[in-house]
Amino acid sequence: MGRFIILVIALAALWLLLSGYLDKPLLLAFGAGSVLFAAYLARRAKIIDNDSVPGGLFPGVLLYWVWLGGEIGKANMQVIRQALAVEPKLSPKLFLVPNPPKTSVGMATFANSITLTPGTVSVDLREDAILVHALTEDLADVAAITDMGERIKKIERGA
Amino acid sequence: MIDLYIIKDIVSWALMVAGGIAVVAGAIGLVRFPDFFSRIHAAGVTDTGGAELIIIGMLLQAPDWIVAAKLIFIGVFLFLTSPVATHAVAHAAWMTGFKPMQGPDLRYDGDGK
Repeated sequence: MGRFIILVIALAALWLLLSGYLDKPLLLAFGAGSVLFAAYLARRAKIIDNDSVPGGLFPGVLLYWVWLGGEIGKANMQVIRQALAVEPKLSPKLFLVPNPPKTSVGMATFANSITLTPGTVSVDLREDAILVHALTEDLADVAAITDMGERIKKIERGA
Repeated sequence: MIDLYIIKDIVSWALMVAGGIAVVAGAIGLVRFPDFFSRIHAAGVTDTGGAELIIIGMLLQAPDWIVAAKLIFIGVFLFLTSPVATHAVAHAAWMTGFKPMQGPDLRYDGDGK
């Protein structure tokens, strides 16, 4: 039931921010009706679980996104330097990052974070590792990527 | 208070120009890098640095909160969905047996496919 309420609140906030109708009662009623209908359908289809409504990630994940934004900025500079260099020093590499988060939400967040950081792309997800392709030796920093995974595990524990 | 508007304009212009540079650099990298997997990284610059910087620059020019909210939604949804598309492409290439170039001398492993 908790997740159902979170889903309703999230959908209502999305509807209000996208439409901006705060003083039109008829439209607000239609909005409330459509939000409840969508949430009811999701419940009826039994798709309300930790994958579709990962409420436990908030609010920790917001701070993580800010941190990730900084990392993306740094990695962007490195890739842009290679792209514009007269003589690019590429050294592509495939490597395994061990011990990713166990839950499917954590795994998805981790793999997406790796892909979102320019210079590294997650290529294959395995039971106990993620196969990553990196553009240069510098970007293939297993310790930094493992640290990223630890941060996600900490968020999932609710720290 | 005219000074504040000028500062806002300068910051938003700087962000948009930086975003534009990132988009162009990504496009140049896309052409220059040697193989499929390294080209994905250049595309990554375009859809993270480029797109987000331009959206933040536009955010500073938003006339009211509703436009700002929509720009934030665009930014967040790009942030969440673009890596999924990138991973789908990279994973598809990997699953069909396409191997990347490796090492500083950019050699394909094994049979030289």
